[in-house]
Amino acid sequence: MSTPADPDAPVPIIEVRGLKNSFGEQVVHESLDLTVYRGEILGVVGGSGTGKSVLMRSIIGLQTPSEGEIEVFGEPMIGRDEDEAKSIRRKWGILFQGGALFSTLTVAENVQLPLREYYSYLEQKLLDEIAGYKIVMSGLPPEAAPKYPSELSGGMRKRAGLARALALDPDLLFLDEPTAGLDPIGAAAFDELILNLKRALGLTVFLITHDLDTLYAICDRVAVLADKRVIGIGTIDELLAMDHEWIQSYFMGPRGRAAAQPKVTEAA
Amino acid sequence: MAATADFRPTEGDDDRTLCFSGALTLARVGGLSRRLDEVKGEGVILDLNGVERMDTVGAWLIYRMVRDHGAEVQGADDDMVRLLEQVAEADQPVRIRPDRRSPVTRVLGEVGDAVSIAGRTLLGLVGFFGAALIATGNLITNPKRFRLNAVVQRFEVVGVKALGIIGLMSFLIGITIAQQGAVQLAQFGAEVYTINLIGRSAFRELGVLMTAIMVAGRSGSAFAAQIGTMKLTEEIDAMRTIGVSPQEALVIPRLLATVVMMPLLGFFAAVVATAGGGVFCWVALDIPPATFVQRIREVVPITDLYVGLIKAPVFGALIALAGCFQGMQVEGDAEQVGIRTTAAVVQAIFLVIVLDAVFAIFFSSIGWI
Repeated sequence: MSTPADPDAPVPIIEVRGLKNSFGEQVVHESLDLTVYRGEILGVVGGSGTGKSVLMRSIIGLQTPSEGEIEVFGEPMIGRDEDEAKSIRRKWGILFQGGALFSTLTVAENVQLPLREYYSYLEQKLLDEIAGYKIVMSGLPPEAAPKYPSELSGGMRKRAGLARALALDPDLLFLDEPTAGLDPIGAAAFDELILNLKRALGLTVFLITHDLDTLYAICDRVAVLADKRVIGIGTIDELLAMDHEWIQSYFMGPRGRAAAQPKVTEAA
Repeated sequence: MAATADFRPTEGDDDRTLCFSGALTLARVGGLSRRLDEVKGEGVILDLNGVERMDTVGAWLIYRMVRDHGAEVQGADDDMVRLLEQVAEADQPVRIRPDRRSPVTRVLGEVGDAVSIAGRTLLGLVGFFGAALIATGNLITNPKRFRLNAVVQRFEVVGVKALGIIGLMSFLIGITIAQQGAVQLAQFGAEVYTINLIGRSAFRELGVLMTAIMVAGRSGSAFAAQIGTMKLTEEIDAMRTIGVSPQEALVIPRLLATVVMMPLLGFFAAVVATAGGGVFCWVALDIPPATFVQRIREVVPITDLYVGLIKAPVFGALIALAGCFQGMQVEGDAEQVGIRTTAAVVQAIFLVIVLDAVFAIFFSSIGWI
């Protein structure tokens, strides 16, 4: 159905098969399939309440699905015990919607926390250096390092959350609406940052977003969630070729066309 | 799994070249950083030909050698070069820790802070009380704005739902007082005065005081946490902009609930405590319930009931004010909600006990002994 970003080595990093999630009577996902390949940025879009965040939570193991299989790095994720899950968790980083920084720790300590948890032998000097360059790499000013999350603005909190997500040099990055609530300049900078990091570190990115500009700017493929499953996955051009009402109104609505504009002019 | 990162000088005459091998990644660097620190001198050549993989941590270690020792990198592939560039770009002087002050100035500073916070809290509480009075006045002149539903809901949460735990607590306290009293009074052969002890202490002091402590723990903390969380999520600000006064919508219903419920709960607690003592007297001292009730009516003056009922609403008001005031002070992060909730309960109980002492002296001096 789709072509991975790198046709030579389509290594699946995330595989979701027959996923079903329900809360009481309400079914969020039903027989949902999704594959994310190594080295791609997969954008996940869908209307509000289509379960984008629930899908992410299922993959990272915060939500146990009613049915279905989930594999990350080729390892089944459901029914894992804590110790086994730990070795997978150190290979991914997650940026939650609000940043989810630990409010009692400074930004630098937030970044160091996963490092201390998994690599307790690292000396303090190196930990400080790592925290320092990760914070700068995430686009924060160096002055932000000793500050507490409550002293930061929303956009800076997101960047600090990204710095923490990148702390373990993960292979896989989950981003839940990273550009929501950022001003357009900040959002564009964030897009570029993620693209740069992906290129430099060879990241695979699972990106939930509502931001059409982000989709056009950095996503290799886009998965569309509707009707409790993935109704389409592929490049934006491939999606546009599909005759689905929601996809058409999403990408061909006034905002969708506006976001596509720069791409068209670039191509011309 | 890739091999652990390692380096060694090349053999032969040129020992200024360090050959790296294995994976230069976070999981594999081990003690490499410390060992690299021991490398002295300038102009070292770093040979990366044998490196299998590199991540930013590995790149940082290499970059640090280049920066601090003027080392030269050889044999890096494109990805590694890009990583090294990324890391070099991100190298800026970063202050990791907040400023630390000397212990002496810190202690002095904390004492000063504590004093000024105590003063400001007291002032704030008085101001808050005033604001609540003004809101009450507004509601009396504008009775349409009175939120009956919210108030009735608070009545249920503060009053009805507390009946179980307050009843149980009071019953046990009644038994304890009776048992302790009986043991002491038995030394004078005056066990029968246990009834006086139970009846008078329950109605005069314990019923209301213990209820106040329980309500402070149950409802005062809940008020602070609820309002504090609403403050964090900007609900209070939203309320203000819509034109709803938080004092009227949040504080007054809670204040009214504790003021009305405290006398009822206090009376209930006193009765149940007396009943608990009665059960003990019946079982342990062979005083039948009928006699117990009759003695209670003889020895407990009606003023004891008044004392309890007059104190109760004042305590209730204190609890609600402390809870709502502390909730309104929440700013910043979730930790504040916890701190303020604790402060609300501590303040409420402290003020209740101080005021109880004042009441005790007052009622004695007007002859309600």
